[in-house]
Amino acid sequence: MMGLLQFGSEARMAAAMIPLQPPSASTISPGVDQLYYLLTGITLFFSVLIFSIIFYFMVKYRRRSDDELPEETHTSMFLELAWTIIPSLICVVLFVWASDLYVRNSRPPAASTEIFVIGKQWMWHIQHPEGPREIDELHVPVGAPVKVTMTSQDVIHDFYIPAFRVKKDVLPGRYTSLWFQPTQTGTFHLFCAQYCGANHSQMIGWVYVMTPADYAAWLATGEKTESMVQEGGELYTRLGCATCHVEEGAGRAPSLVGIYGKEEKLATGETRAVDENLMRQAILDPNSLPLPNYAPIMPTYKGQIDEEQVLELIAYVKSLGPQERNAQ
Amino acid sequence: MSTANTDLHGAPAGSGVNYLNASYGIKSWLLTTDHKRIGLLYLVVITFNFFVGGTAAVLMRLNLIEPTGALVEPSTYNKLFSIHGIMMVFFFLVPSIPATLGNFLIPLMIGARDVAFPKLNLLSWYVFVAGSLCALVAVLSGGVDTGWTFYTPYSSTYSHGLVVLAALGVFIAGFSSILTGLNFIVTIHKMRAPGMTWFRLPLFIWAMYATSLIFVLGTPVIAITMFLLGLERIFHVGIFDPALGGDPLLFQHLFWFYSHPAVYIMILPGMGVVSELITAFSRKKIFGYTFVAFSSLSIAVISFIVWGHHMFVTGQSIYAGLVFSALSFLVAIPSAIKVFNWTATLYKGSISYQAPMLYALGFIGLFTMGGLTGLFLASLATDVHLNGTYFIVAHFHYIMVGGAVMAYLGGIHFWWPKISGRLYPDLWARFAALVVFIGFNLTFFPQFVLGYLGMPRRYAVYPAEFQVLNVMSSAGASILGVGYLIPLVYLIWSMRYGPPAGPNPWGAKGLEWTTPSPPPTENFEEMPVVTEDAYNYPTAKGGRHG
Amino acid sequence: MADMAAHSTHPQGFAHQFEDIGQQRDAGRLGMWIFLATEILFFGGMFTAYTIYRELHLAAFETGSRLLEVQFGATNTVVLICSSLTMALAIRAAQTGKKKGTIIFWLILTMILGAAFLGLKLRFEWYHDYVEHIVPGVGFRNRTEWGSLAPQVQMFMCFYFFMTGLHALHMVIGIGILTTLVIMAGRDRFSSEYYAPLEISGLYWHFVDIVWIFLFPLLYLIGGRYTMGGH
Repeated sequence: MMGLLQFGSEARMAAAMIPLQPPSASTISPGVDQLYYLLTGITLFFSVLIFSIIFYFMVKYRRRSDDELPEETHTSMFLELAWTIIPSLICVVLFVWASDLYVRNSRPPAASTEIFVIGKQWMWHIQHPEGPREIDELHVPVGAPVKVTMTSQDVIHDFYIPAFRVKKDVLPGRYTSLWFQPTQTGTFHLFCAQYCGANHSQMIGWVYVMTPADYAAWLATGEKTESMVQEGGELYTRLGCATCHVEEGAGRAPSLVGIYGKEEKLATGETRAVDENLMRQAILDPNSLPLPNYAPIMPTYKGQIDEEQVLELIAYVKSLGPQERNAQ
Repeated sequence: MSTANTDLHGAPAGSGVNYLNASYGIKSWLLTTDHKRIGLLYLVVITFNFFVGGTAAVLMRLNLIEPTGALVEPSTYNKLFSIHGIMMVFFFLVPSIPATLGNFLIPLMIGARDVAFPKLNLLSWYVFVAGSLCALVAVLSGGVDTGWTFYTPYSSTYSHGLVVLAALGVFIAGFSSILTGLNFIVTIHKMRAPGMTWFRLPLFIWAMYATSLIFVLGTPVIAITMFLLGLERIFHVGIFDPALGGDPLLFQHLFWFYSHPAVYIMILPGMGVVSELITAFSRKKIFGYTFVAFSSLSIAVISFIVWGHHMFVTGQSIYAGLVFSALSFLVAIPSAIKVFNWTATLYKGSISYQAPMLYALGFIGLFTMGGLTGLFLASLATDVHLNGTYFIVAHFHYIMVGGAVMAYLGGIHFWWPKISGRLYPDLWARFAALVVFIGFNLTFFPQFVLGYLGMPRRYAVYPAEFQVLNVMSSAGASILGVGYLIPLVYLIWSMRYGPPAGPNPWGAKGLEWTTPSPPPTENFEEMPVVTEDAYNYPTAKGGRHG
Repeated sequence: MADMAAHSTHPQGFAHQFEDIGQQRDAGRLGMWIFLATEILFFGGMFTAYTIYRELHLAAFETGSRLLEVQFGATNTVVLICSSLTMALAIRAAQTGKKKGTIIFWLILTMILGAAFLGLKLRFEWYHDYVEHIVPGVGFRNRTEWGSLAPQVQMFMCFYFFMTGLHALHMVIGIGILTTLVIMAGRDRFSSEYYAPLEISGLYWHFVDIVWIFLFPLLYLIGGRYTMGGH
């Protein structure tokens, strides 16, 4: 293990001189790089092993005359088992190592800032919860975890920041998410990594990681915009949500206070977790989520609001505190 | 010099009637039911398809010399990589070894007169030509720009290319695969010569059998997927389009359910060829015959349950990812077993280095590297970073080009004397093999680095910092292209000017080498009876002779 | 192997790539079973897509199912089962060495039943659906009572037409095969020793029947029309 870490740090130094890897700029990057070095080491080891054995045999057993007869050899069960079991064990180690890392890398820390991304041909719309919007650029503070929730307005895209070693497809009709915590300030590539049509290779941008002070300053400058929660609140009233979804829970629709993160039992009997995807479905296709004790009278808002407004509504509802709901 | 063999008609073998001169005229070829002629008909069509796909690749690599695109607009580049993928996957690699070498050799190797259903075999070829024509028309009439993966909703709703025509070509060609696979399975089951038990079969037959299982079980699913895609596009209905209530990921599941086993369709025959080449050019029985045979079958079976590893970053559940990752590691093991057994076959062999052997050895090296880089992608944590980048491109080209195409060329060279009755100039062949090997590595090794650096695939333009590696790759591609053209020249030359080959120029074991070169139409003068195991090369006990 | 001399002793219909008629029959049977396996995967792709969407959009699929004409679907099911019976009887007639007239009789009856299936489907189901504007892509009209389920109701109808359409195509091909068999029977090609084409075609016909046995309940009977007060 120590030898491996030693190898890793030496490789890192070498990599700094010859670019063999992108900058290592998030808390996830070192772990991924370490696994990558291990895999490269295994690949090199077995390639060199096979190549040298073959080369050795090629020279030693080359045909010297046309009528020579090779020596008899026998199949060896020991060898067959050895070269079945050893690669299998290596694969088990790799699987466990990689899966453990993957599972840990999949869970955003609880206190993550949420950023919202809408991909469309061929640009990235980025929405900060405090209000600022960006196109093809993402400003974030160093050292703080960020959870990115994304959807597409048209085809499948993919949000990829090589320096952070994170990537996730961006799908129309649903939300996907990834998270990262930057570890160094700087400017890093943002790419679309799922072919999406004519200007796929130009659907790129930059991630600017700033010190917390610089980031606060950046947030404060620029045009004054309302936060997503504020925008969402205005929509909530304007679209009439508040008429039925009375906060105290006495209306034609359930109260939405504290609903985010809970489990909801549908009229069909199945239970669903209330996450962003469910909330989006509830807004755009309410009759697909019938509730017991409530008539299916909610109108659909599909076609009346865009993806950005859906995200604002969701942000607002999420902000309706983790207070206790009145029992129904 | 000539043997005392006579053929069916009593004429001396080698100078008499064979499948090539038994009848003349275009009708005798277009209406043939002789599996050997059908193999050659396929050879012509897939060679043409290869050069169409190859031209697209050359244009792509030329464009990528400059970060801003040296040659074409991005919209044209998108069509080029789509055409390259579609032609190479569906119209070259999938049929390559099975339809040419498989058709030619399977009856010969098992001691039969022909395949089980010769007319169906001819129909398969016509179906393949129809599919290829659809694809060619799509290429020439404006192209398709969805990538060979046709992901929705881009392909179903947004693309302006000739999606339906391309999908139709794939759909039609799929039936050619299905019928060929069906023919091979029945032939191998029912038409082996007396004494040719399952465990006396050449390993090429085991590999073709495993491939045929995938042909018949996997191809129908891509057919229905293309069918649904076409219907969605024509009738504007929402099967895979979320705007109309569909699920784009359902398309991906259906697509990869075939397309992952398809990559094993593309490599298993190559592995079968390599087994034949290694043993013939070491003049030694293959090490671990049973293990190699069963590894072909297990690869075919496991190949059907790993498709989800193409979808690790689509937002699917973590548990699905874990299952597919574990199974993807599992499918690597039988391939590793083969590599070790091939290497062990060389031990104490009597090895010669004609061109087919160089291709086989190149296969083992490059397939090993390509296969090991697959572990990077089976590993969930690294796949997140590498998916959709040039690392993937490098990985599959190492296996498909460094593996399958080299095995294909090795097989063509090995059996060329049997097919044509002529020898080709081996010095030129070895030279071409070397050019291919060097060109290949220069083209694709830099792409591993590009991938880890983060360059996504299917990019017509790219950030300037990636230029050096791209130029290296493009330089390699030009060398590789030359390497592929050279065999075209000397193989065609040999058909007229090459010295006669005789029944067994390599001194190899196998029923195909007991019959004249070229073989008579019904393959054997007398139907063989098999009394020995495969690869029963003579050995000397206690040391080498000579 | 004295295959030159054996030429004259092979029964009619013998194909020369085989050693003997037994090998040919075995090969033919195995070939047809493999082909049916490919057909299972072929239809299976669509069944899988259907199952997934039904799981996701049950209410819409039930609504769509209630739009279908169950009485014709049920009649067609009976028609097809009878046609499998007549097909089996045709094979039995050959097997037991009956006159060619008997074989032809049962084959033609099978064809008539197959044609009846297609006729009922075309005239009373598909044409009727067209008039009612529920054929996707051909003048489809959303109905207000579907509400927000409309896109998935249309998707159900897509699956209905794709799956029954693909099935109908297989029926048409089957009738073509039967025509060929009738001609062959007319030319005295079958006997109690050689009836392999009948047997193999029978396998195909039964398979197409079985596909319908799955299609009918999945498409026509999931609306709960008889239990939930539908029409």
